[in-house]
Amino acid sequence: MKDKINSSIPDDKEIILGIRNGTKQSLELIYQAHFPMILQMVISNNGDEEEAKDIFQESIIVLYNKVKAGDFELNSKLKTYIYAICRRLWLKRLNQQSKFTNQLGIAEDVEDSATDIEEYEHQHRQFQLMQTALSQLGEPCKTIIEEFYLHNKSMQDICEQFGYTNADNAKTQKYKCLQRLKKLFFKA
Amino acid sequence: MKNLNLINQIESYLRGEMGPEERKAFEQLLREDPMVDQQFKEHQQLMAFMQAYGERQRLQHAMNLIHEQIDVNALKNELMPFSTKVVKLWRTYRNYAAIAAAAAIVTVFSTLIFSGHLFENNASYSALRREINKIKRSQNDLVKDIKGKAKGPLNPGEFGGTGFALSSNGYIATNYHVVKGADSLYIQNAAGDTYKVKTVYLDPAHDIAVLQIVDPEFQSLGKRPYTFKKSNADLGEDVFTIGFPREEPVYGKGYLSSNTGFDGDTVAYQVSIPVNPGNSGGPLLDNRGNVIGIISGKQDRTDGAAFAIKSTYLLQSINEIPEKDLDRNLILNKKNSLSNLARKEQIKKIQDYVFMIRVY
Repeated sequence: MKDKINSSIPDDKEIILGIRNGTKQSLELIYQAHFPMILQMVISNNGDEEEAKDIFQESIIVLYNKVKAGDFELNSKLKTYIYAICRRLWLKRLNQQSKFTNQLGIAEDVEDSATDIEEYEHQHRQFQLMQTALSQLGEPCKTIIEEFYLHNKSMQDICEQFGYTNADNAKTQKYKCLQRLKKLFFKA
Repeated sequence: MKNLNLINQIESYLRGEMGPEERKAFEQLLREDPMVDQQFKEHQQLMAFMQAYGERQRLQHAMNLIHEQIDVNALKNELMPFSTKVVKLWRTYRNYAAIAAAAAIVTVFSTLIFSGHLFENNASYSALRREINKIKRSQNDLVKDIKGKAKGPLNPGEFGGTGFALSSNGYIATNYHVVKGADSLYIQNAAGDTYKVKTVYLDPAHDIAVLQIVDPEFQSLGKRPYTFKKSNADLGEDVFTIGFPREEPVYGKGYLSSNTGFDGDTVAYQVSIPVNPGNSGGPLLDNRGNVIGIISGKQDRTDGAAFAIKSTYLLQSINEIPEKDLDRNLILNKKNSLSNLARKEQIKKIQDYVFMIRVY
């Protein structure tokens, strides 16, 4: 069983390259190769599959952030890196739930995984604030902002989508929405 | 409105929607107007942040799509074929287990507290009452049955001790703790003759009991060879005892090592003599055949520290027996026929007056 998992692990460098270029396939490869390991770790340490999913996805986000920021140097195997991140995340969560486990104590650690996680968590909080701000914004502002700023759609497309007759009207609307969003976001 | 235009300009600049001429003009504006530059930087940051947020959403979405394709349950079963069951059981029942463990702890400690084991100070004093080895006894009884000599019940009894005759008409002395809680009492001499006895007098304070033989077959014990010492014995006195730590009389020899008993108890002597459970109630005699005490206990984990109730307290107890409880006269022997005999001869004579006491 272990061999099977190992044999399906793709080459780390290729994956990193794939992440940098935003290839969808590399995400799939990484997910299928490493999720079972994390599922096993979480389940055998007081967790369930939903928690395993959360933890694993968080670790992938941490990895993506790092690769995209361009400062990712693979000193260890990708598998080790992901495991270290997940282990830290899971220990943190167990602490918060004040569950106790001692089985996770022995594992090699990746030195900078702690700072990576801190960065991730800071960013995550900001995103959550943005999420609430957006949901308080209401329609159509929310969609306009999301389409333009999050999904990089052009004003032209947005005009068509919302049936604005001229782009200036749409821009004015978008501007008002943005001002309101800023208020909501920075107030929080 | 000026602001709206500026934002639009910033956005088209950042998205590369400006022509080269327009770009140059805008960059010029940024250099010249620090206010505009400031706003440009702020908006650039905000846009980067929003973009990162969008990217995060897309990544999450992509991962969720991949996750949906994975059969997590099958994977879980493959990875941990049996442990999940155990883990589930443990999770379901760990609260109950905790409650059960707590209850067990409470039970253990409350039992210890209420039975006095936890705080008992004299726990190291052990009374030498013996719990009868039932199997061995019932075998002996069977042998006696064949010989046709069996008297009294076949049951070997719950506890055993030693007692000795006070008078020829059937009064026996022993320890209170030997007969405590007794349902019925029997005595048995070295020859195997068994008599039913009843308690006549109990003195828990001095751990003394006086019994009387009530068996119809009993006639007389004959003349006892020993006397009772009316004063305290001296330190260093050679002493001996006969008792029933087993089914046979056992002789033990020692010396009087202290004038007080356990924890400075003035009622007792400390005697250095080998004694075991079953010796309780046995007579402690000096060289001349005077009873100087009753073996009553020993100190745990200490060598050569047995204790014997002083004979003066025995005599005192006998005097305190109410007249009405004595249907025969309790006359203590005053003539000692042991004083000049060798130990072997002394024992032979005493032996018939020392009994095993069986408690039911």
